[in-house]
Amino acid sequence: MGILEVKGVNKRFGGLQALGDVNLSVAENTVHAIIGPNGAGKSTLLNCLVGKLIPDTGSVMFDGQSVLGRTPYEINQMGISRVFQTPEIFGDLTVFENMVIPAFAKRDGAFRMHAFESVANEKDICIMAEQMLVDVNMQDKMHMHSASLSRGDKRRLEMAMCLLQEPRLLLLDEPTAGMARADTNNTIDLLKEIKQKRDITIAIIEHDMHVVFSLADRITVLAQGTPLVEDVPENIRGNPKVREAYLGEAA
Amino acid sequence: MLGLSKKDLTFLLIVAVLTLCAPFLLNPFPTDSAMAQFNAGYPDLMQRFVIFGIFAIGFNILFGLTGYLSFGHAAFLGVGSYSAVWMFKLLSMNVLPAILLSMIIAGLFSVLIGFVSLRRSGIYFSILTLAFAQMSFNLAYSVLTPITNGETGLQLTLDDPRVLGQSATPQGGIPVTSLFGIEMRATHELAVGGWTFQFNAGYYLCAIVMILAFYVALRIFRSPFGLMLRAVKSNQNRLNYTGLNPKPYTLAAFVISGVYAGLAGGLLASMDPLAGAERMQWTASGEVVLMTILGGAGTMIGPVLGAGFIKYFENIFSKINDTVLHQWFAFMPDGMEDFFVFLLHPFVGKGWHLTLGILFMLVVTFLPGGLVEGGQRIARLLRRERTDSNDRPDPEHHPRETPHVAE
Ligand SMILES: Nc1ncnc2c1ncn2[C@@H]1O[C@H](COP(=O)(O)OP(=O)(O)O)[C@@H](O)[C@H]1O
Ligand SMILES: [Mg+2]
Repeated sequence: MGILEVKGVNKRFGGLQALGDVNLSVAENTVHAIIGPNGAGKSTLLNCLVGKLIPDTGSVMFDGQSVLGRTPYEINQMGISRVFQTPEIFGDLTVFENMVIPAFAKRDGAFRMHAFESVANEKDICIMAEQMLVDVNMQDKMHMHSASLSRGDKRRLEMAMCLLQEPRLLLLDEPTAGMARADTNNTIDLLKEIKQKRDITIAIIEHDMHVVFSLADRITVLAQGTPLVEDVPENIRGNPKVREAYLGEAA
Repeated sequence: MLGLSKKDLTFLLIVAVLTLCAPFLLNPFPTDSAMAQFNAGYPDLMQRFVIFGIFAIGFNILFGLTGYLSFGHAAFLGVGSYSAVWMFKLLSMNVLPAILLSMIIAGLFSVLIGFVSLRRSGIYFSILTLAFAQMSFNLAYSVLTPITNGETGLQLTLDDPRVLGQSATPQGGIPVTSLFGIEMRATHELAVGGWTFQFNAGYYLCAIVMILAFYVALRIFRSPFGLMLRAVKSNQNRLNYTGLNPKPYTLAAFVISGVYAGLAGGLLASMDPLAGAERMQWTASGEVVLMTILGGAGTMIGPVLGAGFIKYFENIFSKINDTVLHQWFAFMPDGMEDFFVFLLHPFVGKGWHLTLGILFMLVVTFLPGGLVEGGQRIARLLRRERTDSNDRPDPEHHPRETPHVAE
């Protein structure tokens, strides 16, 4: 039994079958990559896991509990965090304030009304936020307006916000897209380091094969909304079906 | 101290001192001078400044922090006024229970309206609040007449019970509002040289309440709750995926701003114990939106400045009529005098809305951050001039400073 069990998930958008009978099992404490050509339904699949979309049929179980019918914040409180394909951060706030918010969510749950404490006096929260910024090497940008960060830094910030919550399952949607090579390598190192430090399961959608092969324990290839193959990286590399899926796209 | 940082404490003290010295500051011109009509230091107007300041401070907690634009907040103000007048009719002329009831009833009302309206966001939220407020306004005129006294408005009468007070004074008049014996209308006049300053008990009550309201808002702005509200404005999607439920946060902000509006309504009725439905009209709701935007939404002091500005225009510019204009330009030759009067005529007197409208457009176009941004720009210019001789770091290659919500 994996920590995440997706069974028979279908999702249609009007006439388009975005997901057709998807089965996926992600084992605890592994990195599971989902690859596939553009429009294969990878993001749609993630949306079904975090409550953004509700599949037409099928079941999604996290740690033995169904996530279907729960709101995104409830699913997050269960221990699933997500990084989006286009960075979703609090653009009006500083980098530090961006980090403080997940820290509160982790400590206090979905709603708590501290209207009279001051953020600056919440020492444990501030330490948590600062430490995470040091971990992702962004402490020098702490007081910057997060909207003025580079695209790569926005992604890094979003990832740090997710990691701060110490999720049990981290979902990454193309986390290195738009990053320079050096930043991509930093991201790989960061994820490896996090993996080493504590128990975390990662499901990653990625186009950059370098990232996939550096990190993944298992790979699922998705094409036209259906899983084509699932295997360890070594076997995926030479798989003719996979080549066809990608070459088919190129043609 | 007071749970505030040093900077905020100084800020609060400045606001407090300015508010308490308003009778001096707003009367800069000697009573007999031609400029005396620009004096705003009389009780009636000063009370309005701070009461609408409270209204706007509360509105800003919702609009400035969460970005939810309510077009119906005057309904809470109106409800507050009605509650207070009922308290004067039934209980006593003490303003304290009246104001408390205003806040409670307005709070309950805003839970209801907020709960329904916050099911939508953006323009639909605004329309829902507008619809609710207009509904309240129309109900006050029609089926709720037994409570609101319809078009006449709710007033005190000689046969109100006032169980803890007296129905009528020994002289046979309607008693006046007071706070434990201090009459709200009591005014002490101080004549210094050519100036007359008026110290009104009602104004000082309102002023102290406003300072408290400002303090509470300042704490909210600096609190984790305030941060969450700003996060709601910035990116609700991310908030959801961070395990936080935006709904209760926005509803809480809505109710807090409703309570502030109720407080303002209660104070209005405490200064002048009558309440009419026109206080709930959409124009009144629109006014607080203008105040907040004109002053600077999301800033601490902006809404108070905006409220002061609009109330000043409403009361001072509207009083300048053609006779006054002719007096001003009397020194000119006749033709020129008429020309200037003709030129200024549309902008003063009944035309004060035009002046305010133009001002509002200029501010929104050139100072999106409102009057506060204007002040900040001036301050920055002055600072630059002082440091210009020194080597200034290249502004292009300097990380952008975080805009501070306090300013
Ligand atoms: N909300 C939506 N409404 C309609 N069609 C959608 C929606 N989201 C995705 N799709 C379609 O579903 C297909 C899969 O999209 P997506 O999951 O984003 O692909 P990927 O992330 O693998 O590139 C695409 O054809 C896309 O156009
Ligand atoms: Mg995608």
